[in-house]
Amino acid sequence: MKRWIFFAALLIAAPFVFRSGLALSLLSQIGYIAIICLSYNLLFGQGGMLSFGHAVYVGTGAFAAAHVVNLASAAGWWLPLPLVPLVGGVAGGLVAFVLGFVTTRKAGTAFAMITLGIGELVGAMSNMLPGLFGGEGGISINRVYGGGWLGFNFGPQEQVYGLIAVYCFVCTALLYAFTGTPLGRLLNAVRDNPERVEFIGYSAQRVRWHAFTIAGFFAGIGGALATINFEIVTSGEAFSALRSGGYLLFTFLGGASLFAGPLIGAVLLVLATMLMSEWTQAWLLYLGLGFCLLVMYAPGGVAGLWMSNWPILRAGRLLRGYASLLLSGAALAIGVIGLVEIVYRWRLQLDYAPSVLLVVGLIALALMGGAAWTLAWRHFHPRWLEAQAALAGGAR
Amino acid sequence: MEFVLISLLNGLSYGLLLFMLSSGLTLIFSMMGVLNFAHASFYMLGAYFGYQLSLWVGYWPALLIAPLIVGLLGAGIERIGLRRVRRFGHVAELLLTFGLSYLVLEFVQLSWGRAVVPYGLPSELQGPLFTIFGTQFPRSRSFVMLVALLMLGSVWLLLTRTRIGLVIQAALTHPEMAESLGHNVPLVLTGVFGGGCALAGLAGVVGGNTYVTEPAIAASLGSIIFVVVVVGGLGSLAGAFLASMLIGLLQTFAVAIDTRLFDISVSQMAPMLPYLLMVLILIFRPRGLMGTRET
Repeated sequence: MKRWIFFAALLIAAPFVFRSGLALSLLSQIGYIAIICLSYNLLFGQGGMLSFGHAVYVGTGAFAAAHVVNLASAAGWWLPLPLVPLVGGVAGGLVAFVLGFVTTRKAGTAFAMITLGIGELVGAMSNMLPGLFGGEGGISINRVYGGGWLGFNFGPQEQVYGLIAVYCFVCTALLYAFTGTPLGRLLNAVRDNPERVEFIGYSAQRVRWHAFTIAGFFAGIGGALATINFEIVTSGEAFSALRSGGYLLFTFLGGASLFAGPLIGAVLLVLATMLMSEWTQAWLLYLGLGFCLLVMYAPGGVAGLWMSNWPILRAGRLLRGYASLLLSGAALAIGVIGLVEIVYRWRLQLDYAPSVLLVVGLIALALMGGAAWTLAWRHFHPRWLEAQAALAGGAR
Repeated sequence: MEFVLISLLNGLSYGLLLFMLSSGLTLIFSMMGVLNFAHASFYMLGAYFGYQLSLWVGYWPALLIAPLIVGLLGAGIERIGLRRVRRFGHVAELLLTFGLSYLVLEFVQLSWGRAVVPYGLPSELQGPLFTIFGTQFPRSRSFVMLVALLMLGSVWLLLTRTRIGLVIQAALTHPEMAESLGHNVPLVLTGVFGGGCALAGLAGVVGGNTYVTEPAIAASLGSIIFVVVVVGGLGSLAGAFLASMLIGLLQTFAVAIDTRLFDISVSQMAPMLPYLLMVLILIFRPRGLMGTRET
């Protein structure tokens, strides 16, 4: 309960702490991407379904919302904006129900391949049907239509953020509640051992299918909120494989094994795509590198790292070990990042000539940092394992 | 008649190129269980290395050297990365190669830019090989077919007729036993992965100048070869062959046919046909054409 109050307080307080227009727009994006990443993790973290085509359902929700808003404003229907995301959700769920019948026939790596193919199929189809998907220009909406609702007309960004925040909270709560339902529990079982699930009389495929549909529903809500936020949706972007890849990447970075991991992932996604891409041209390289390192060394993502290290830190153990790892790691990172930035500038800017001294200095820094980190790690790792075991023993 | 024959030949050469890729993917998958998401990225690396090396040392040496470099790179990645994540399971391996595809793309864009590079044909491969019914069939496409057939023949001979092939097969079906007999099983796996990547690299060197060499090629080919593998049946080399030919012909004919269906021309539908085929196969024959496994 305390966590939920904290989460709600965070959502309410955020726009008062970060007051600039940029911050508000970032917060709005984090809000709906959090729903999308959580819905992605329903498949990936809880169902073991690695999907390369999640953008299909997000995009469906986005287009459904765009069409329904335009229809409602043209025909004068009574349809307050806060209900539009539900339309998107139903559309996303329906499409997931139909396509899920095909994709969930397989699990594991075959599932991954099929979702990639379905994603490409929908992407190619959306290009062919400009009437439905707006062609290259996409579909624009005006979210201020009708007479407003309870005094809100959802013109200002603050009101849109409010709508997104409410949806974010409710969807997070619903998705959390889902993990406790029999279907949610079965989904975990299907992830861990589909054969045994079949033996006790459930169809593993059907469990995957139903979960897939639910994930499609929440993805559609996220997509519809995106349309409301930007007031435009284009098929080239909404259905791109890059989008699907991004949801996978950041859900994993945030941490797929914990329920709250995708929330961290959503924050990272928005910060990386909106801010990092402004600061550096090499951001995709850092992203790929960071992802590969996490897959290799910390498959629990950021949330997993936090969960395994916070108890040790709180107990005040191994502080010097952490400090030495942090310092040497920072030296290594500064050296590597500096070199990467120099290489990018050297390749992409014609008149850029790096100073030899700087390059040599950065190489030396990276090498020394790397060596120091390796030494520190060798000293740290056995003690870290000991501390983990001791804390686990103490808890028992 | 002329149209059918030329489209057939074009389709076959494209299908054989697809098979060069999907065979490596299938070999790696059926032997190691690793689904290499970056397989088409290795194709792209082969094409770019082939382009660069043919500028430096000429096309024919490049045809030999570029696949070797790609193979060594693949072996290195297996040694440093994949071996470490193997204990986390096959999904982690897939994720690692997924991250790798980002890195390869960035490397290629940084080194050669985002535009198409002018990877030209050597003088020996320019011009038509023969003319039927007044239409020319280019030498470059016949060369793709020749290389594909030679490559597949030698891989088949290597796997079934040599001692190395015997050790590879033993290491994959009975790793503990092969290890007890003194064979280095991890090294064999590294070799298999590197070999598969080298095949993709070779396909890149010959496919890069016959078709196109650009950074987007990895993403577009990558999803097609996944479809090929699913349609053919996971882990089945014969299935991959059938599916490659089928999809190669399907796409070539669809692009060339000038009819309209539901107000959309068939050539416009061409990019989505392979995926449609995949969906149909999954509904009516989930194992794939020649597959044996149900999941």
